[in-house]
Amino acid sequence: MSDTPVDASKRTWLIASSCAGAVGAGFAAVPFVSSFQPSEKAKAAGAPVEVDISALNPGEKLTVEWRGKPVWIVRRTPEQVKLLPQLDAQLADPASKRNPDDLTPPYARNESRSIKPEYLVVVGICSHLGCSPSDKFQGGPQPSLPDDWKGGFLCPCHGSTFDLAGRVFKNKPAPDNLEVPPHMYLSDSRLLIGQDKQA
Amino acid sequence: MAEFKDISPNASATEKLANWFNNRYPSAGGFYKAHMSEYYAPKNFNFWYFFGSLALLVLVIQIVTGIFLVMHYKPDAAKAFESVEYIMRDVPWGWLVRYMHSTGASAFFVVVYLHMYRGLIYGSYRKPRELVWIFGCAIFLVLMAEAFMGYLLPWGQMSYWGAQVIVNLFSAIPFIGPDLALLIRGDYVVSDATLNRFFSFHVIAVPLVLLGLVAAHILALHDVGSNNPDGVEIKGPKAPKDANGKPLDGIPFHPYYSVHDIFGVGMFLMVFSAIIFFAPELGGYFLEYNNFIPADPLKTPAHIAPVWYFTPFYSMLRAITTEMMYALSAILLLTVLWVLLRTRANAVVKGLLVVLAIAFLWMFNAFAFTGMGFLQGIDAKFWGVVVMGGAVMILFFLPWLDKSPVKSIRYRPSWHKAVYGVFVVNFVVLAYLGVQPPSPTGERISQLGTLFYFGFFLLMPWWSRLGEFKPVPDRITFAAH
Repeated sequence: MSDTPVDASKRTWLIASSCAGAVGAGFAAVPFVSSFQPSEKAKAAGAPVEVDISALNPGEKLTVEWRGKPVWIVRRTPEQVKLLPQLDAQLADPASKRNPDDLTPPYARNESRSIKPEYLVVVGICSHLGCSPSDKFQGGPQPSLPDDWKGGFLCPCHGSTFDLAGRVFKNKPAPDNLEVPPHMYLSDSRLLIGQDKQA
Repeated sequence: MAEFKDISPNASATEKLANWFNNRYPSAGGFYKAHMSEYYAPKNFNFWYFFGSLALLVLVIQIVTGIFLVMHYKPDAAKAFESVEYIMRDVPWGWLVRYMHSTGASAFFVVVYLHMYRGLIYGSYRKPRELVWIFGCAIFLVLMAEAFMGYLLPWGQMSYWGAQVIVNLFSAIPFIGPDLALLIRGDYVVSDATLNRFFSFHVIAVPLVLLGLVAAHILALHDVGSNNPDGVEIKGPKAPKDANGKPLDGIPFHPYYSVHDIFGVGMFLMVFSAIIFFAPELGGYFLEYNNFIPADPLKTPAHIAPVWYFTPFYSMLRAITTEMMYALSAILLLTVLWVLLRTRANAVVKGLLVVLAIAFLWMFNAFAFTGMGFLQGIDAKFWGVVVMGGAVMILFFLPWLDKSPVKSIRYRPSWHKAVYGVFVVNFVVLAYLGVQPPSPTGERISQLGTLFYFGFFLLMPWWSRLGEFKPVPDRITFAAH
């Protein structure tokens, strides 16, 4: 190191210009970081989807794509609807109280999480890490499921289980119930996903 | 500037040419000496010391095959899958280049894991090699990012859903998580935008970082000198040296270890080629069968698992359930009670500890049983992500966790070997469970495995000092062969 005494004024200017340079670099980074955000095109793609559910039989499921995600429409049998209240004790959030504004529109904050008890409409994306759960409508013992299984969904990725109202079982990796998208009935057989009467 | 050297006019043409270059580019010769012909490495290197040079070989294989794959691959969600099939079926020898690249990815992790294991058992991370180890851990981390982004490119089912899961890991972070995941994907779901940016990262950004880190790793290693199976310094002030100051226990890297490593390369390439030609998918472990199905955003395959090299960490992610958080809260509580009752830390420290412990118990959601909303902590999901990240990050701290008086496993108490043995078995079991579909038994085992993994490291400052250490020789043990 040199023995020259420190030139205080030179040092001040060095610090000041370094700071100015850092601020400039910060501003220059903005456009680059911003370019990571969804493009205008991606933001625009999100129109509501109309579905014809007249051909859906009890116990069947229909999948449609909305905003790149799978939306399930399940027509539950009367027995399946009757089973829902019996499961409450085993569920993490049976009454849809967690994050209701994001997950459950007001018209679905009920035991069946739906407008009509017969039809379940949920986004088929697990609230854990975004896998799409598989149908396990058949009750009884089977791999990765409890022996008293009553029918529902199993996420293949991390084993979270959901009942037929998309409600998550206790002590599973997924913290939340499946999301109920905004939806409305245009008629008895036509369903609009992505928009409801409030909008 | 180096002095300009004249050479006798009678010198041979080769010598004249060498002199011409030396006068104009002396740093090249200096570099060759410092890193090859006059870099002294301990002469007792064993089998475990092949994997550093093999990692370098695989890096070169990946870069070269990658360059050729980019010539035919199309980073477009509508074309990516079919362009990979085009490489496999229509590009002359394309299948070979692609299999070299896909097998190379797994081979990279095989050699890197073995290389890290070598460092672990011989204490290669101990002073003064902490930075060598840290650069190495950074390489491992960056390599994981590189492998993960590369895996999206074929745009198969496993590519798509693997990326979906890993990107969603970030959304578990409180407050900023969802926006961060959006920034990574560039869309509300994994899509064409995601594919394009991962392509850019995979082929240029991350490899540049990787090369820089590899250079730093090797330069730092050559500055402090290589460790060896005895953990004895060959270049220290007490180490024996010849009249020219060269270490008596060292031999020049070139030609001794360069030739030695070529033998290792030969053996490695035999296994590598056998896999490429006879089992490129290696039973679904190197190339997963579900990835031969094009990505379908509406349907997750019935069983998804990451590629084998991520599965130990993936198991730890899956192990963190609400129940596990109660177990971790109990462990935290017992530790704090032990400190309060059995140590003589002063009151301020103890008070601070209690406050911290309560804060963490609250965040761990340990007060959920009270049913009070304001005591609601953070979901187990987030802690799973923390545990998975922590399992990699904890490696960086190894140089300061190991307090054993000797470096090498050779001179440690015999039961230490058993601890390391259990660590390896535990790691393999976690890897196996990560490949399997979730099951209650597997979950319990992986929870125990996670506790052991972290216990191994976090309790190392205590257990690594215990036991009867063997005397360390002054010089390396070496028998000429």
